[in-house]
Amino acid sequence: MLQFENVGLRYGLGSEVLGDLNFSVDPQSFQFLTGPSGAGKTTLMRLMLLSLRPTRGAIRVFGQDSAALSKNDLTTLRRRIGAVFQDFRLLDHLTTYENVALPLRAMGREEAGYRAEVVELLRWVGLGDRMNASPPVLSGGEKQRAAIARALIVRPELLLADEPTGNVDPGLARRLLRLFVELHRLGTAVVIATHDLQLMEQFGFARRLVVGDGKLTIFDGSSS
Amino acid sequence: MNEPLVEPLLAAEPEPGFETHAPLIPGDSVTGRALVVVIAIMTFLACLTAGAALLVADASQAWRSDVVRDAMIQVKPRPGEDVDSLVAKAVSLATQAPQVESAHALSRAESEKLLDPWLGAGLDFSQLPVPRVILVRLRGQGSEDLAPLRQALASAVPQAALDDHRMWAARLGTMADAIVTLAAALFALMIVAMGTAIGFATRGAVAGNREIVEVLHLVGASDAFIAKEFQAHFRRLGFRGALIGGLAAIAFFACASLLSVWWAHTPGGGEIAAMFGSFALRFSGYLALVAVCAAVTLLTGLLSREIVMRHLQTLQ
Repeated sequence: MLQFENVGLRYGLGSEVLGDLNFSVDPQSFQFLTGPSGAGKTTLMRLMLLSLRPTRGAIRVFGQDSAALSKNDLTTLRRRIGAVFQDFRLLDHLTTYENVALPLRAMGREEAGYRAEVVELLRWVGLGDRMNASPPVLSGGEKQRAAIARALIVRPELLLADEPTGNVDPGLARRLLRLFVELHRLGTAVVIATHDLQLMEQFGFARRLVVGDGKLTIFDGSSS
Repeated sequence: MNEPLVEPLLAAEPEPGFETHAPLIPGDSVTGRALVVVIAIMTFLACLTAGAALLVADASQAWRSDVVRDAMIQVKPRPGEDVDSLVAKAVSLATQAPQVESAHALSRAESEKLLDPWLGAGLDFSQLPVPRVILVRLRGQGSEDLAPLRQALASAVPQAALDDHRMWAARLGTMADAIVTLAAALFALMIVAMGTAIGFATRGAVAGNREIVEVLHLVGASDAFIAKEFQAHFRRLGFRGALIGGLAAIAFFACASLLSVWWAHTPGGGEIAAMFGSFALRFSGYLALVAVCAAVTLLTGLLSREIVMRHLQTLQ
């Protein structure tokens, strides 16, 4: 599904911020991406989302070499990936409903065809009464859930979530994590970037990708 | 593990009639309002230019069709000649010509009356060799060859001279054509200036909404989808600007039309109306102004779409 081969990234003429990345994300797998703050977790997530190009090495996404992708191919691939960003990246002038429906709207689907689906998902994540609210008036946790709902609405084959529980209380964090686990059981490959060790220990079956000093170390999880 | 995956925190029903399809590009911005003002002014000026060109073209057409259908025969009597018989002979020759619809000789008194504006009224012209005038109405639109009639007059009534006003009409026509061409060039320049303003505004909007463009790309929106959203945004701005400018221009011409009716009854108004028309646009003229507004709206949308597409193609 996602393969990194000798991938390295540097900004400008500086030294490599990430180097010699060799790993793959298999279909229906579940992994945490962790490491200290500033280690490059978000950068690695951006590489996986193909919003950054590596300066060396090859990234293959759904069997296609990212270097050879046209813009149209990239658009098609991104529709198979759901992403939750650390800063949520919700559009402030749209309502919660519109933000969550955005990927479907971008795919050219008619509003009447997805309305019930979006409303159901929003209720499911506890935002049933906040559909008409715009992001500036949402709390951090509500924004988090709206961002997660937007990533899930297209039923992605690969879910990339950057600190998805960073702005919620521990109880809600556990419930959100359980949602990701359920998605994984339904067939979605999940990569969650977090530095919350306690949370990771609750899901010991998950593989851990640890970023540190620009390198990646992989620890397989216990069998679930 | 009996706990639901995600407990609904608040189970209230959604508010009825919530917003479902707002524009993806925010509509109300300083640059957007500025562009509406620029488009309104440009549309107003473009409509004025187009309307003025139509008025001149209409007036030119009207007096050209009148003038070129008229011709005049002047009979300049020599001492001792019977002018009336010469005039009758010239009228007879003119009415026999196939190009002529009718010929009417002015009486001596009518011919003398024509001199009043220059020499004053009440003078005794009996001792002056006042030319006699024959008004000739041609059949077609003035394109007939009058050489045979001219030759016939020269041989039968050498004192008669035929003037078909063609040179004068040609000069006025050239002047009117020049005005219309100038107006068309001004119109084209205004459209180019408006296109340039739209181009700047579009690039500014893309830069100002970079975050939105990036999010749209990340959720799987194609360049064409994003460009279409920008097109819709700018088409709305273009429509608002064109509506304001177009309505102002229509109001201007409606007022000018009413004023020209009043002006026509004043001294000098008649001459100006004869020369430049009545300043009243016909219904088709107003339709042309509406077409200009529609074209501005379409141009704004299409141009911004093209600019956004080119910009997005340069993004990695």
